[in-house]
Amino acid sequence: MINLDTLGIDSESGNKGMLTRKIEILVGLFLLAGLAAFLVLVFNVANVQVSRGDSTYTLYAKFGNVGGLKVRSPVKVGGVVVGRVKAIKLDPVKLEPVVTLLMDKQYSSFPDTSSLAILTSGLLGEQFLGLKPGFVDDGVSMLKNGDSIDDTQSALILEDLIGQLLYSMSSKSK
Amino acid sequence: MSVIVIDKIANVGRWAIDNVMGMGRAGIMLYSAIVRLPRFKKGTALLVKQLYVVGVQSMVIILVSGLFIGMVLALQGYTILVGYGAEQSLGPMVALSLLRELGPVVTALLFAGRAGSALTAEIGLMKSTEQLSSLEMMAIDPLRQIIAPRFWAGVISLPLLALMFSTIGIYGAHIVGVDWKGIDSGSFWSILQASVEWRSDIVNCLIKSVVFAVVVTWIALYRGYHVIPNPEGISKATTQTVVQSSLAILALDFLMTTMMFGQ
Amino acid sequence: MTQTQKPLIEIRNLGFSRGQRVIYNDVSLSIPKGKVTAIMGPSGIGKTTLLKLMGGQLTPDSGQVLFDGLDIHRCSRSELFSIRKRMSMLFQSGALFTDMNVFDNVAFALREHSGLSESIIERIVLMKLEAVGLRGVAKQMPTELSGGMQRRAALARAIALEPEMVMYDEPFAGQDPISMGVLVKLIRELSDALNLTSVVVSHDVQEVLSIADYVYVMADKTIIAHGTPEALRHADIAQLKQFIEGAPDGPVPFHYPAADYQEELLHGLK
Repeated sequence: MINLDTLGIDSESGNKGMLTRKIEILVGLFLLAGLAAFLVLVFNVANVQVSRGDSTYTLYAKFGNVGGLKVRSPVKVGGVVVGRVKAIKLDPVKLEPVVTLLMDKQYSSFPDTSSLAILTSGLLGEQFLGLKPGFVDDGVSMLKNGDSIDDTQSALILEDLIGQLLYSMSSKSK
Repeated sequence: MSVIVIDKIANVGRWAIDNVMGMGRAGIMLYSAIVRLPRFKKGTALLVKQLYVVGVQSMVIILVSGLFIGMVLALQGYTILVGYGAEQSLGPMVALSLLRELGPVVTALLFAGRAGSALTAEIGLMKSTEQLSSLEMMAIDPLRQIIAPRFWAGVISLPLLALMFSTIGIYGAHIVGVDWKGIDSGSFWSILQASVEWRSDIVNCLIKSVVFAVVVTWIALYRGYHVIPNPEGISKATTQTVVQSSLAILALDFLMTTMMFGQ
Repeated sequence: MTQTQKPLIEIRNLGFSRGQRVIYNDVSLSIPKGKVTAIMGPSGIGKTTLLKLMGGQLTPDSGQVLFDGLDIHRCSRSELFSIRKRMSMLFQSGALFTDMNVFDNVAFALREHSGLSESIIERIVLMKLEAVGLRGVAKQMPTELSGGMQRRAALARAIALEPEMVMYDEPFAGQDPISMGVLVKLIRELSDALNLTSVVVSHDVQEVLSIADYVYVMADKTIIAHGTPEALRHADIAQLKQFIEGAPDGPVPFHYPAADYQEELLHGLK
């Protein structure tokens, strides 16, 4: 019978076992680091909200021109984000852009006299929706899920503005 | 005169036949390696070891490169954007370039240089020292024992490395843009978050890097497995791995960008 | 053991070529069970190729290789693998797995195929290492061993699964006299003790003649002579004599075929 211990070959633990263990731990950390990077990208960079279905309500608004408005553009009231654009589609009958807004339930008391405008942050910045709460009076109800905002102001198109400016300047100089 | 022309045509024909045959052999190799799934316990042990070699050991170079590329992008982007008063857009610029292009592409290029060449050299050496033949004579399939775990390790590692690269790159840009150049941290993040779309940007980043992973690992393994078994053959195969992988990455990137973002 | 017993390997009318170059032309030979059979011949005639054909790693253009009556090249993959468990091969370079130590190298095939518990495998490996005299280096890596020791470790690995047949590819090439003596002793002893069928491919004439029971001599793409070592020593074939005596010139010319010497000196290389 050969005595295994004296040969220094032990079955389970020992140098080799330690090395395998170390490799396993490092590989585990590697996989976790990859997962962490994924989660950071999804939740911190792309800012995906885990939407609980009842935390939002939907509003619709028609515009003459949506300009550079995009899906996920913010809806702001006095600079505070209260919702985001969910979809931009063309009404198939009236051929007007219809914007679907996903509003935060937290801000649910806007009267139906409120108005919506497409604004630009800075001269060349991103466009967003500015919501201006209307007056509250008897016979004025609050906006609910599925309602439409009628009072809308389309995007200012810079080229049109410059065109108008030039036109008015040239007509004055005459 | 006409003989020379016919010779040239024959050369073109031989070149084409060689290439097609090479692709066929590479296809058969990959197919055999993937289809014969490894046994669970032993396969996992082999895979873990290769994940260590291919993934963990490439992590340092990927993280360091990602950090610096993010910082350089931010620095260059800032000097241009600040001229238009649009330095707020630094976040989206860096994040979108990293996620859509640089993350997958640069990671794959570094991976080809770091892990791909090592795979080719390792397998080439195994072949030239007859270790692969030796496995075959022991009734062990070298495709299952050697090729398959390395392939899966590559396909798993590269997308993870690309995600790490992009993430650390964005934080590198944050260091330069916010801590150094003084962009407001809140607006850096909010504008960045408003413009990164997880389906089109992060998922496409993953799709690209999985495609690159398959291609790079495949080329590296094929070049090693069909190496001419001598030192010159191995060094040539290693070079070929890096050159061919890099070209394949860039060409495929253009193709996929056109399909994903070109419209 | 009688001569009438069925041979373990029978090669019939084997033909093999690599690209345009013909390596074998109509080779037939048989390898009896439990004997040491040697295949001798000058370098570069593809003796290793013959072993690879016998192991089913290469496929011949014509002819058959029968292992225990089974045609190796007509077998299914799983049949081939089960045949390979009955044979093993000692490669010229040893071909030890460089990423594991000597112990794990020898244990490798056992762990893959035997299904035995780790403690039994350990004892078997130690016995095999003891047989080749390398129990003391069990924990060293192959690269730390000398060439001769690597070959002995590879031999321990080759006999780990107790195969019926071991093929030795140039076992004596590039060895110093002591390792050569050790290997000669090992091949002979293992063959006798385990009743192994041994196939030795080599060009080391004296060593081969000292251990072989039966010798085939190859040249010109086929077998030019065969017989017991004693018979070959006294055979009267010019080519064989040149090979056994190691004469620089003879039927195998000193000069590789070339254009006329004077012509080339006068007019330069064409």
